[in-house]
Amino acid sequence: MSVIFILIIASLTIAIGFLIAFIWSVKTNQYDDDYTPSVRILFDNELRSKQQSNSKEKNK
Amino acid sequence: MELQKFQYDNKIVKWFAYATMFWGLVGMLVGVIAAIQLFIPALNMNLPYTTFGRLRPVHTNAVIFAFVGNGIFMGVYYSIQRLLKARMFSDFLSKIHFYGWQLIIVLAAVSLLMGKTTGKEYAELEWPIDILITLVWVVFGWNMFGTIIRRRERHLYVAIWFYIGTLVTVAMLHIVNSIEIPVSFWKSYSWYAGVQDALVQWWYGHNAVAFFLTTPYLGLMYYFLPKAANRPVYSYRLSIIHFWSLIFIYIWAGPHHLLYTSVPDWAQSLGVVFSIMLIAPSWGGMINGLLTLRGAWDKVREDVVLKFMVVAVTAYGMATFEGPMLSLKSVSAISHYTDWIVAHVHVGALGWNGFLTFGILYWIVPRMFRTELYSKKLANMHFWIGTLGIVLYAVPMYWSGIMQSLMWKEFTPEGQLRWQFMDTVTKMIPFYATRAIGGTLYLTGAIIMVYNLIKTVKAGNFLANEDAEAAALEKHASHGKEHWHRWIERKPVQLMIVSLVVVTIGGVIEFVPTFLVKSNIPTIASVKPYTPLELHGRDIYVREGCYTCHSQMIRPFRSETARYGEYSKAGEFVYDHPFQWGSKRTGPDLARLGNKYPDSWHYNHMLDPTSMSPGSIMPPYPWLFDDKVDVSLTVAKIKAMQRLGVPYPKGFENEAAKDMEKQAKVISENLKKDGIETMPDKEIVALIAYLQRLGTDIKNEPKEIEKK
Repeated sequence: MSVIFILIIASLTIAIGFLIAFIWSVKTNQYDDDYTPSVRILFDNELRSKQQSNSKEKNK
Repeated sequence: MELQKFQYDNKIVKWFAYATMFWGLVGMLVGVIAAIQLFIPALNMNLPYTTFGRLRPVHTNAVIFAFVGNGIFMGVYYSIQRLLKARMFSDFLSKIHFYGWQLIIVLAAVSLLMGKTTGKEYAELEWPIDILITLVWVVFGWNMFGTIIRRRERHLYVAIWFYIGTLVTVAMLHIVNSIEIPVSFWKSYSWYAGVQDALVQWWYGHNAVAFFLTTPYLGLMYYFLPKAANRPVYSYRLSIIHFWSLIFIYIWAGPHHLLYTSVPDWAQSLGVVFSIMLIAPSWGGMINGLLTLRGAWDKVREDVVLKFMVVAVTAYGMATFEGPMLSLKSVSAISHYTDWIVAHVHVGALGWNGFLTFGILYWIVPRMFRTELYSKKLANMHFWIGTLGIVLYAVPMYWSGIMQSLMWKEFTPEGQLRWQFMDTVTKMIPFYATRAIGGTLYLTGAIIMVYNLIKTVKAGNFLANEDAEAAALEKHASHGKEHWHRWIERKPVQLMIVSLVVVTIGGVIEFVPTFLVKSNIPTIASVKPYTPLELHGRDIYVREGCYTCHSQMIRPFRSETARYGEYSKAGEFVYDHPFQWGSKRTGPDLARLGNKYPDSWHYNHMLDPTSMSPGSIMPPYPWLFDDKVDVSLTVAKIKAMQRLGVPYPKGFENEAAKDMEKQAKVISENLKKDGIETMPDKEIVALIAYLQRLGTDIKNEPKEIEKK
């Protein structure tokens, strides 16, 4: 059953990695604003109308 | 602020989209063929390449890694560029990723059909392909993290966290589970044996579902569902909680696949506890997805993309409620080894993965080709045919699963088993047939989609590079350019954590091999290593995918011990590289098959199963009677086993050939007595040797506990 140690160590390594990532994300203010990001993703198509004509490329 | 102009790479998205559609059709078609074979076994045309045991891994690998895999990459490459306001890090890496993955798929399909398999479910691919997968995955990670570093948007949207979770965890799972010792270029043995192999395998298997079929698709859901509905996700805060709780809980739930097996009880309970806990984050995500559509349900009525997504999220909710329920020991006692599990998996695969992929394809293709979808009518038709297909697939499988399990467990008032195993098989036929119809409908829907999208592509005008602009990311206030290591050095705690991780990895690499070999010392003295002939037979068993229909694990229930014999013990599997417990009993358990029937029974049974058990749906295996055992590998096989700690005497590899001949002769003489003439060097002889060995060790001699 000693294989369980490999699994626990592997799982813990991942968990610790994500814990560090979590601490990083909180410390770098990733979650200070928990509303704007959800709206921001909806606005990225505006450029299409004015600029697209320059970079048309028929490529199939 | 400086405004930067750049372009999104749509070309790579288009390629992955085409690959998704193509492999989706292939994977589903193979699935339908395999489904039909369960009630018309003759459909395999007596070819080795098309028997169920080989097709089933092709089907599972194709839909998981080819269809869903390409679907993931399509969605990730589309969304991550827009979320990070940056083009992919390197077009070259994108290309390597694309072609590398397609190469893997082709190699996988061919090698599985050829019978090159490790015999571990969902990780069947042999070691050269495993290495290739690792390399391509690293390329994907490199490309993704490169893009993240070059981003123009400081905040990492929640979808990206799901992608990161996928990338990192899948890499680890794949590597740990795929450690195997090569015998030849296309043959290897799992490093782990028996119970340990089972534990690693299902830790992997469960997390493959978690981190290949779930987390990336949740990321896609969090991007494409709000985009398609054109409204923000219901609660962004909930989505953050969803991610972090899911990532910390998911990885511990694996042992729920091994309830009532020889895995230690505490490990089983640990798996159950975490599986139950999983309801919370899973349903949090499901509710978050559905509530995003609050006030927009009128759109769902009109928009076929949203229709697909709503069904997908609902299916996700159903599957993630059912999953924890199936993890309860009392439910598992009924559901394990039956079609119920097949139904459960397909609600997830057809509903959640399939429908979300379709929704994304219908949304993404017209956008990239700057046109309208060719036909909304056809898309709606696809939606309804697909939904009907799922229902016709799942309901019969639930029904048959529960029915078969209850039949297996039924006793007469006199205390005898009420049903022969064969009775429970013949009762399944109508359900198998209905399921195949459901699958065919689902496939038909997908074909309609591909036609619809081809027409859309033809009418459209592809935009390979999409213009975008965004402000450059402000640098964090720091004193000039700083090496990353400085961050660690500055704080002792950070340094400690990082060193700890590094040391652990080092320690694992150092200790594990010795550790595993030692713990492989048998706990049952009468359990001996396989003879060379049996080892060859076992490899044939693995090659033909017998584990896809037969288990080798008798659970400690009266209904099972009465039918199959003494329940399985952990000590019986110490030389099983890989373990072959299986997960489905389309046919009966084989753990105690040895000495149950004469050699001639097996001979006739493999030649024509219905001759020995009328009504059988097992296909015949005529090629085993023509092909000779590949003795050129005998020495390498014994040596590999010795390296894995199997106690063959020193120098045994040189005597192995003689030992084989002797044992084969005995079997061929046994067959002769029953009037069957066969050469002792044929594969069937080796297979019979293995089948006659199964589960006999503890019967032969009195049990003797050597070491606890």
